Amino acid sequence: MIDIGLGHYLTLGAIIFTIGIVGIFLNRKNIIVILMSIELILLAVNINLVAFSIFLNDITGQIFTLFILTVAAAEAAIGLAIIVVYYRNSSTIRVEEINSLKG
Amino acid sequence: MLAHAIFFYIFSLIAIVSAIMVTVSKNTVHSVFFLILDFISISCLFIMIGAEFLGMIMLIIYVGAVAVLFLFVVMMLNVAQQKNQWFSAKESSKHIPVGLIISTIIFFELIIVIGGWKYKPDLVSSMSLNIDSSISNTHAIGYVLYTDYIHIFQLSGMILLVAMIGAIVLTFRKRSGVKRQSYFSQISRERSEGVELKDVPSNQGVKSDD
Repeated sequence: MIDIGLGHYLTLGAIIFTIGIVGIFLNRKNIIVILMSIELILLAVNINLVAFSIFLNDITGQIFTLFILTVAAAEAAIGLAIIVVYYRNSSTIRVEEINSLKG
Repeated sequence: MLAHAIFFYIFSLIAIVSAIMVTVSKNTVHSVFFLILDFISISCLFIMIGAEFLGMIMLIIYVGAVAVLFLFVVMMLNVAQQKNQWFSAKESSKHIPVGLIISTIIFFELIIVIGGWKYKPDLVSSMSLNIDSSISNTHAIGYVLYTDYIHIFQLSGMILLVAMIGAIVLTFRKRSGVKRQSYFSQISRERSEGVELKDVPSNQGVKSDD
């Protein structure tokens, strides 16, 4: 308990990843919260990469965390732009009313 | 070591609780606030275990840019008071048990993977780029990022450029009925379409609006 090792950080990453998954599965109302859950999942991946990088003494994990940060920022920008366009066209972004694809 | 453990538990508890609050919060603005709290506590963890550069970059990018972008969109779309309740809607109630079961299975799979790695750590032996402890974290990242990973670095710049152009193209709209100044049509105007020469017959004048 006192000696914080790699397993602690990996468990933290697993918990946050699962919270993000639950947020995507169970949220039926608000699509912005789904985007935030995706950000949580990417954050959990970053925790894993940084923890492995520190405890295995290898800098590559931190480099890849930088690239994941880049992709996450791009994904948030594009996703929010799509949400703004959708709201402008159909004046709702409730998940249960977005069914024009009839999937 | 004790202080390290105490700080780890404090920050990770704050991170987990705020991550839960992001998903269950009724108000979307509160969700964004808890997302900011989550990012801040995770970047504190990063700084604590020795990845200072990434911790600071996460503060700058996530809290300074991404979360503020979320906040702008939430306030612009006026969905802040839209209720985020997922236990009362009758339409969605059939998703909840299946979603919970699948999430629990995913969580236990991750835990099993972590346990398996923990009790047999000699499975992983990757020591390609060692961290040089005599230089700072930022130096170490810079030495590797601009030499070994320069192509991926430039590719990530291209991704950001494409995302920027895509966001602008998606949200750009041309409003009708608004008078705007168009430099292109002003400059490309020629004499032949602006000026017309007329022969004026004497004692009759010119009708101007024909």
